[in-house]
Amino acid sequence: MADARMSARPAARPEPNPASPGPAASAGPRLEVRGLEHAFALRPVLEDIALDVAAGEVLALVGPSGCGKTTLLHLCAGLLQVRSGRLDNDFARPACMFQQPRLLPWKPALDNIALGLKAAGIGRAEREARARALGLRLGLVEDDLGKFPHQLSGGMQSRVALARALVLEPDLLLLDEPFSALDIGLKTELYGLLLEHMRERTMGVLMITHDLMEAVRLSDTILVMTPSPGRIARRFAIDRPAMQRDDAFVHRVTASLLQDPVVRKCFDLAPVATPVAGDGFAPTLPAVRLIGAETPAIAPAAGRHLRC
Amino acid sequence: MNLLRNALRALPAYLWSGWGAIASLLLLLAAWEWLSVAYGDLILPDPRTTASTLAGLMTEGGAWLELATTARRALAGLGAALLLGSVFGIAAGVSMTASMMSRPIMTVLIGTPPIAWLVLAMLWFGTGDGTPVFTVFIACLPVVFVGAMQGARTLDGQLRDMASAYRVPLSMRVTDIYLPHVVSYLFPAWITALGISWKVVVMAELLASSDGVGAALAVSRSHLDTASTLAWISAVVGLLLAVEYLLLEPIKREIERWRMPA
Repeated sequence: MADARMSARPAARPEPNPASPGPAASAGPRLEVRGLEHAFALRPVLEDIALDVAAGEVLALVGPSGCGKTTLLHLCAGLLQVRSGRLDNDFARPACMFQQPRLLPWKPALDNIALGLKAAGIGRAEREARARALGLRLGLVEDDLGKFPHQLSGGMQSRVALARALVLEPDLLLLDEPFSALDIGLKTELYGLLLEHMRERTMGVLMITHDLMEAVRLSDTILVMTPSPGRIARRFAIDRPAMQRDDAFVHRVTASLLQDPVVRKCFDLAPVATPVAGDGFAPTLPAVRLIGAETPAIAPAAGRHLRC
Repeated sequence: MNLLRNALRALPAYLWSGWGAIASLLLLLAAWEWLSVAYGDLILPDPRTTASTLAGLMTEGGAWLELATTARRALAGLGAALLLGSVFGIAAGVSMTASMMSRPIMTVLIGTPPIAWLVLAMLWFGTGDGTPVFTVFIACLPVVFVGAMQGARTLDGQLRDMASAYRVPLSMRVTDIYLPHVVSYLFPAWITALGISWKVVVMAELLASSDGVGAALAVSRSHLDTASTLAWISAVVGLLLAVEYLLLEPIKREIERWRMPA
């Protein structure tokens, strides 16, 4: 299978896709990634990644587990060295949320929230006041703030981790499926808090998820990734503002995206019974656009086990 | 300072929680008394005789001096072991190669009986302070070293990533992330080392010194004075119990408060 994929790839490396997936180049800081590749011990995990995040924009990277999403996020966060390709980040204050809350177990919630402020050299009184104010707004109660992480429930720990990121007033937020372990109610509530926060201040968000519906609910642009090695197979733009998307809209858009054969292949789903002719994606909603479809390096209409 | 204040504040509740411990110690005393009734005073004097002998030793003045001498030696050896063991243990834990290399050496050190070191130390240092101090040092070192190495080895890579994502400067990483983790491994090792040092120093003095509790024990043994032998043993054990439960345990509770169940 891998051979089929390799032979289908053009011999010369294709130019990084020039189609800018984000809105037209605007003023303000942006994260720009072109032709990014990464490998762990000769095993390629990311190939030819191009993406843009502008201030005030939410970009979702969707893909199955193990497609290199987290590696990509770590590269963007500067936790991994960029080896090949270009990554320009002129956001001044990025903040990160990881898959696990990653709180310091020996510090009470309040000190955990204030960690980034302390690192920035802000005095105790001010950082505690700011951490407390934000923690309370995110649904923690005064009592929780004095507790150690292991005394808090998973949802509360996630709130603390979210507060730790937001208290820095970041201009770029990097989210690595931070709420994937929470139940759907908590998840919705926390994303609601996040959207509310975004409305008040312009913040770029790069979020990673394996949940297409979550991406449809929150993001302006959705990039669908294929696994091993991770490549971007599809780019969708959703034009309706996130605050105006109701459940029905999210369900309809998700369903229509799941009709796309390329998306189905990425998640290793069986092809739909009546495949759509042509390029494959037939937008059934005016709010969704296919932008700059990257030619995925796969032989078309092969068996469902072909990894794209 | 904050730590000390909190430890003092928690002290009354802690002492109250000690009733169970006191009850079990009293049970031990009862068993002792029963055995002494069964076997007679020459084999095992009862606790009250022991206590009055100890009180006699104290009031005559010699006991405090001997205890202070013993404590000085134990603490000197222990201090050196804590310092060097912690520093080198952490250093070894940071480097994979160093920890792999030092592990067998530490196994050898742990496996060598303290009495063997004592014999060597007597040849090297004679009958001065050097012999007990060295024996204590070499007996405590591997315990502390291994604790420190484990602490440094198990540092959480995820927390390290988090710290660099949040741009935590190095000094703060040490105080807020590395140190609390390492201390949670080191402190129990230190307490274990304290117990070892106290036992080993008495043994070393018994064989190699002319003063200290160990030497006093040697004298009472040669006089077949079971009562004063037991008095010295109670003094040594009582002192260790007092240090451990009145000083170290409250500090440990305060340091590890974050681990306690909700």
